[in-house]
Amino acid sequence: MRKIARLSRFNVASLALGLAFLYLPILILVIYSFNASRLVTVWGGWSLRWYHEFFNDRAMIEAAWMSLRVAVSSATIATLLGTLAAVALSRGERFRGRTLFSGMLYAPLVMPEVITGLSLLLLFVALNAERGFWTVTIAHTTLTMCFVAVVVQSRLGSLDRSLEEAAMDLGCDPVRAFVAVTLPLIAPAIVAGWMLAFTLSLDDLVIASFTTGPGSATLPIRIYSEVRLGVKPEINAICTLVIALIAVVIVIASLASKLSSSQGESAAPL
Amino acid sequence: MSARRIFARPARFAAIAPYVWMVLFFLVPFAFVLKISLSQTAIAQPPYEPIFDLTAGWNALKAAFAALSIDNFRLIGSDDIYVFAYVRSLTVAITATALLLLIGYPIAYGMARLPKRWQAVAMVLVIVPFWTSFLIRIYAWINILQHDGLLNQILLALHLVSRPVVWLSTDTAMYIGIVYSYLPFMILPLYATLAKMEPVLEEAASDLGAPPWQVFWLVTFPLSLPGVGAGVLLCFIPVVGEFVIPDLLAGSNSLMIGQTLWLEFFTNKDWPVASAAAIVLLVVLLLPLLLYERLQKRQLEQGR
Repeated sequence: MRKIARLSRFNVASLALGLAFLYLPILILVIYSFNASRLVTVWGGWSLRWYHEFFNDRAMIEAAWMSLRVAVSSATIATLLGTLAAVALSRGERFRGRTLFSGMLYAPLVMPEVITGLSLLLLFVALNAERGFWTVTIAHTTLTMCFVAVVVQSRLGSLDRSLEEAAMDLGCDPVRAFVAVTLPLIAPAIVAGWMLAFTLSLDDLVIASFTTGPGSATLPIRIYSEVRLGVKPEINAICTLVIALIAVVIVIASLASKLSSSQGESAAPL
Repeated sequence: MSARRIFARPARFAAIAPYVWMVLFFLVPFAFVLKISLSQTAIAQPPYEPIFDLTAGWNALKAAFAALSIDNFRLIGSDDIYVFAYVRSLTVAITATALLLLIGYPIAYGMARLPKRWQAVAMVLVIVPFWTSFLIRIYAWINILQHDGLLNQILLALHLVSRPVVWLSTDTAMYIGIVYSYLPFMILPLYATLAKMEPVLEEAASDLGAPPWQVFWLVTFPLSLPGVGAGVLLCFIPVVGEFVIPDLLAGSNSLMIGQTLWLEFFTNKDWPVASAAAIVLLVVLLLPLLLYERLQKRQLEQGR
């Protein structure tokens, strides 16, 4: 039986309006970042003036650099830990404290950020840790590894286990079987997990505000304090650059997953 | 069979590193919040009376336990500011979730009706804004809603209003911000259940003479309830604790609990009360959190 999708006029209208609602504000923001006029609302012709302004803003550049470093390192640690957690949960069967473990992994996904931030700060203060790059990195790792774990776990769940079993029947030890068979198959999910962790870290304001120290603000913290004072075209330029960076990340992620899924489907090289 | 069991043991070892990490940076900090919520405010750095000093020996520990107090919780229960903040957080979250469902459902429904090829494209289009920064999306709306922003310019040009309307620092602006930011969270679970539904069911109902609205209410909507539940929880829980959106878009005369916690912490430097507020917030969210966890687990297990 052939299914014919019946799109009513109402369906089309709600889709069009919904997508317009999602994209127009961002589009407007990007367009106004190229505005020559200082007044955000008056169009003064195309110009790169605000980008120039941003690149001469030492404090902003430093914050951006800090954010990038935090995002790359926390995403990397989170991907490692999150993947391990996903493997343990979907292949480890029962072990002591499993319920607590999965509970701890799901909770931060929905926990209000103010609570996560507050609790980590209290820990860092009690440990007398100097707050800055490392404390923010640890905080972001704790949050994002849970997202990585969920992404990788759902991929592991949909895998055909007989492939792993076949490898072991053919004489692979479990670790070798994992590296040779499972790992290539879940690689797209791992890449996607890293990208998700990276953007989440780059995006976070609340947890970073709690866990950073004086003099080491991340980009969202700087943007936030500027935005509270009102709209500035320079902020539009920075936001556009962040959007561009994230767009590049998404494109790389989707290319990587396409590449590895077309490889993975045919054969996993031993 | 046996291979599966052999695989299980090294997989268990994989749990060690993430397990230790989560205990250290999730569970232990939590114990700290609980502990400090029970201690007294002090003008010091850090601004609270330490409670446990393990070096001081057993007697000191007993004395410390005696010094624990629930004063901070009593303060939160009796102070109008906190009671109002909790009530407002819940009202805002319920209203926003209802709006999200109302706006998200038709979009998800439209997506599910698209030809298969286009569904994937539509899904990417819905997810992409979720990848762009939260703060940037709110800032985009400040651009539009400000006094001489685009919205007012359009309204004035169309002669719909004679004077610029005040949008910023109002609840309207806040709801726009929340709906805008959380829409993908509502659409995706709804779409997931709607796309799985057999169109034959709807066809059968309409062949038997049901008018479209009846087909929707008697067939489509009841079948999509799991998606509705997931979407509602996924939006409701974080909105209750939301800080950035009300802070930047709503007025400052009535605060949500996330904002009072922030204020107590950063401005008043009253860490014990902030911690107590966090504990109460968590207790409020416990039921929806447990529900969500169960849903998530069931979905993961179904995927297996």
